[in-house]
Amino acid sequence: MRIARASEPAVRLDRVSKAFGTRCVLDDVSFEVPAGSGFVILGRSGTGKSVTLRHIVRLMTPDRGRVFVGADEISGLSGAELSRVRRTIGFLFQNAALFDSISVGENVAFPLRRHTPLSDREVRERATAKLEAVGLGSEYDTMPAALSGGMRKRAGLARALALDPPILLVDEPSAGLDPITADEIDELLLGLKERGGTTLILVTHDLASARRLGDTLLMLHEGRIVAQGTSADLERSSDPLVRSFMSSQHSG
Amino acid sequence: MAGHLYDSAIGLLTAAGDLAVFAFRAAREAFIPPFEFRETVRQIYELGLRSAPLILVSGLAVGVVLSMHTRASLERFGAESMIPAGLAIALVRETGPLTAGLLLSGRIGAGIGAELGAMKVTEQIDALEATAVDSFRYLVVTRVVACVIALPILTTLMNFSGMLGGFIAETIATGMSLRLYFNRAFSIIDLVDYVPATIKTMVFGFIIATISAYLGVKTESGTEGVGRASTRAVVFSSVGIIVANVILVRLIFFIFPKAAGG
Repeated sequence: MRIARASEPAVRLDRVSKAFGTRCVLDDVSFEVPAGSGFVILGRSGTGKSVTLRHIVRLMTPDRGRVFVGADEISGLSGAELSRVRRTIGFLFQNAALFDSISVGENVAFPLRRHTPLSDREVRERATAKLEAVGLGSEYDTMPAALSGGMRKRAGLARALALDPPILLVDEPSAGLDPITADEIDELLLGLKERGGTTLILVTHDLASARRLGDTLLMLHEGRIVAQGTSADLERSSDPLVRSFMSSQHSG
Repeated sequence: MAGHLYDSAIGLLTAAGDLAVFAFRAAREAFIPPFEFRETVRQIYELGLRSAPLILVSGLAVGVVLSMHTRASLERFGAESMIPAGLAIALVRETGPLTAGLLLSGRIGAGIGAELGAMKVTEQIDALEATAVDSFRYLVVTRVVACVIALPILTTLMNFSGMLGGFIAETIATGMSLRLYFNRAFSIIDLVDYVPATIKTMVFGFIIATISAYLGVKTESGTEGVGRASTRAVVFSSVGIIVANVILVRLIFFIFPKAAGG
């Protein structure tokens, strides 16, 4: 294991390619995410955004290229080493992916029970605090099936943050939510970013959300990076693809 | 046509090889720490203990019917006194293990196939992995171990409830006492009738759990895929048990020649 340098990016993709059968989903993608920043991956549906996110936590491995989390090449790890790196990453899935056989509170408690030596009482306290932070303090014993879409997503966020990971990956936070609920989720993510210390990597096609949360925006099209920069940079882009995407929504 | 057949054959062989690797990994990791004790115990409760009512009721019914058939056959030879012993031998050696295996491949196979399938399509298995939990150990190995432990216990329960069913049929027909019935039932039965046949069901448990878990975690294409995984889990684990039974019975006769005798 290498010693992390101070300037080391939180996440780095180095010439990553991935294909499913004959369909190339990521084609020679490289980028760096500076620690503590907000990084947004934009693009139309099916352009490889979620696949990129899944590579970072090694739910997928690249056909070619390497993925680094801090100093560790996560794409080459397994067993205890992989587990150690994964504990530094929180992942909010598109549909929250709550474990539906246990209560909302136990979902949040789950990573704590697995990976910390805390007592049962401490775990419950910590999980309750995490739920309170997302406005679900009274829902500890509720089963996930009884929650609305927005509440599920907030519970998923509480679980992703249970271990206070330095890196948070968020897949389509506004998908399937009404605009007001989507804004609430954005507020929570913004609060997290403003408190500092968390590297936020967000996949979305919601421009308003991308502008608020992203220090850097990266646009993917057919598995390739077509633009990268601040939202102002992307809006000034002369690339017709980027221009049509950036002007397609005016909600921001 | 020939091309299609060729593709199907290759697909089937690939899946069979994949399943073999999956089963081997489950068997190996069951003996390598860290063990998921809590989750294994929970699965023994969910898959094992909660199957007990099904086994109990079915055992009683099978016992009653077997007893009626045995009576019809043995009466002709004036050998009614052999009914309890005949029934006990039939149950312990074959009817108990195979019926329990098939019933449980229905209940447990469908359960594991649907649960893991649903977890797969709703990304819960990915969420486990992202939470730094080895999903194979947590979901698959625990269920395999639970089934291997539960099957022989449930089979023994099936044997007893079957004999109880036999007693009920017998006492209605002739007023035979419980004591006399069980004395006769156990008169010629031997450990060699019970032990190999019951250990055989550990293999049944392994087959049910690995096939169903494999189909569950390989589920794709949403809700429809979950239904398909569940149905296939029942079909393939039932067939798997029936075929394995032929080999296992042959093996038992080879190792314990006495088990083949009357």
